[in-house]
Amino acid sequence: MNNFLLFPIIIPFFFAMILLFGQKKIAYQRIMVLIGLAISIICATNLVFDVYENGPQVLTFGSWPVPFGITMVGDMVSTLLVLTTLVLAFFIVWYGFNSIGKEREQFFYYSGVMFIITGVNGAFTTGDIFNLFVFFEVLLMASYFLIVLGGEKPQLRESIKYILVNVISSALFVITVAFLYSVVGTLNMADISLKIAEINQPGIITVIAVLFLLVFGMKAAIFPLYFWLPSAYYAPPIPVLALFGALLTKVGVYAITRTYTLFFTHDLAFTHELLMILSIITIVAGCIGALAHFDVKQIIIYNIVIAVGVILFGVAQMNEVAFQGAIFYLIHDMIIKAALFMLIGIVIYVTGTTNLRKMGGLIRTYPTLGWFFFIAALGLVGVPPLSGFIGKLLIIQGGFVAGNTWLTLVVLASSIVVLLSIMRIFIYAFWGEQGQLSKDVQKAKYKHLLVPTVLLVILSIFYGVGTEWLTPFIGDAAKLLTDPSIYTDSVMKGVE
Amino acid sequence: MEIVMAFVCGFLFMAAIYLILSRSLLRIIIGTGLLSHGAHLLILTMGSFKGSVPPVLHGGSSDFVDPIPQALILTAIVISFGVTAFFLVLAYRAYHELKTDDMTLMKGSEENE
Repeated sequence: MNNFLLFPIIIPFFFAMILLFGQKKIAYQRIMVLIGLAISIICATNLVFDVYENGPQVLTFGSWPVPFGITMVGDMVSTLLVLTTLVLAFFIVWYGFNSIGKEREQFFYYSGVMFIITGVNGAFTTGDIFNLFVFFEVLLMASYFLIVLGGEKPQLRESIKYILVNVISSALFVITVAFLYSVVGTLNMADISLKIAEINQPGIITVIAVLFLLVFGMKAAIFPLYFWLPSAYYAPPIPVLALFGALLTKVGVYAITRTYTLFFTHDLAFTHELLMILSIITIVAGCIGALAHFDVKQIIIYNIVIAVGVILFGVAQMNEVAFQGAIFYLIHDMIIKAALFMLIGIVIYVTGTTNLRKMGGLIRTYPTLGWFFFIAALGLVGVPPLSGFIGKLLIIQGGFVAGNTWLTLVVLASSIVVLLSIMRIFIYAFWGEQGQLSKDVQKAKYKHLLVPTVLLVILSIFYGVGTEWLTPFIGDAAKLLTDPSIYTDSVMKGVE
Repeated sequence: MEIVMAFVCGFLFMAAIYLILSRSLLRIIIGTGLLSHGAHLLILTMGSFKGSVPPVLHGGSSDFVDPIPQALILTAIVISFGVTAFFLVLAYRAYHELKTDDMTLMKGSEENE
């Protein structure tokens, strides 16, 4: 029993409701949203250390005995992701002060952000498969609102498709949970894990595993279900795009990781082989997309797809080294994607275009922006000692340990394509002849946009350099994924 | 009973998919409604139809209905209700802004508009 577990969910929810009032007072909205996020970050940090010292924390609503009540579980994986989510939300909201626009700020933008944080943190923390569905709906509902907020034509057009895809995947989620319930007769994730181990995963469970892969894959944007992502993410403004790109696909990745390490661990030759092959095709498809486009937003959006493939490749290896890499890479990718979208937002602001061919020579007019973009780009690719390096190194090491030499080489080669795609932005936008520049750039606004972005890039540098300090935490998380009995034991404590 | 329900669910899914694949936005939304109905009936079926008394623990009967699927359906109905309402409002607004409800006219991105 640990009520602190709920704070990172309850506090954003509470502030979201407070923010529904005083809609027109922008100063009030801004101050409240930052206070809410700051308190949540403090609670989440506390929780990480608590879990580090005392092992996974469990809370069952209404003090029902464990397999019957709804359980919330804070283990190392989920608490680390919760903390990352809140920190990123803080920076993205700060960045949004100067970028999202007065109209959106006065129309519940900050409430929407807080609701989406509620849903994301809830999805990370829950230990009940149906509750996971409910939190998915909470974050989806908020995302529907954020993607269409502003009501521009492209937003309306794309949000219809986005909602339709997600409604279908939600229906599939409910169906899958119903199938799972009819086979194992429980909804508690730890209990499901034990029951599946008892019946030794017959064919029907493997079918359910593939259905879960479809459902979560739709959210995580794996091949061939990533088709909706590039156009849907293109429509909303940059802060919303950064929020979606950093958080939403990662919730899907987390859900796949959780179900594939906790439930479906008895038929690895089929389920994890499938996951591995799909992740490799995802990487290839993402690489093709990232190279094919001359639009800065699209290039980074396709880089989300590549990263999802790399993380899931790590998960599919099913050994501790690869899990460690996958978690390192997951958190790295959340931070660096948010930072890159924010940088791209500034580039778009100062040039007034998203087309790479029209840009050029920004390094002379905006040197700080240029160099920080360069650092973030190297971090994304994984040049040591920046943040992407250790994750990718461990994933690749895990791939070799598991004996998938050729596929691991594909992952390794994808880094070069990522480097090419991101360096193309650097070369076209920052080098060469002076390209298009926006006429109405205000120096003050540019500086205000740059501050949170630069801080986030510096944070990502620390994440890379501070690997040594982070390893005990991430190692704990990897141990938990390798050995599901740590998770089930702490949830089912005291239950016969 | 399970066989009948399987056919009912299957029919609902069939109708839903047919409607979702059509061009008109309104038909698509009705399709998503039918899809969630099918899913809810499927949960009910998956909970099995055993049991003869309501799940209230008095009177000593142990042959009660499994209450969990019903609780799940209730939650899922509320959620799909909210999403459908939002979707309808969005469709109305999109129809006003885009001057069409035909999905084939809503494709494309910025470059090829």
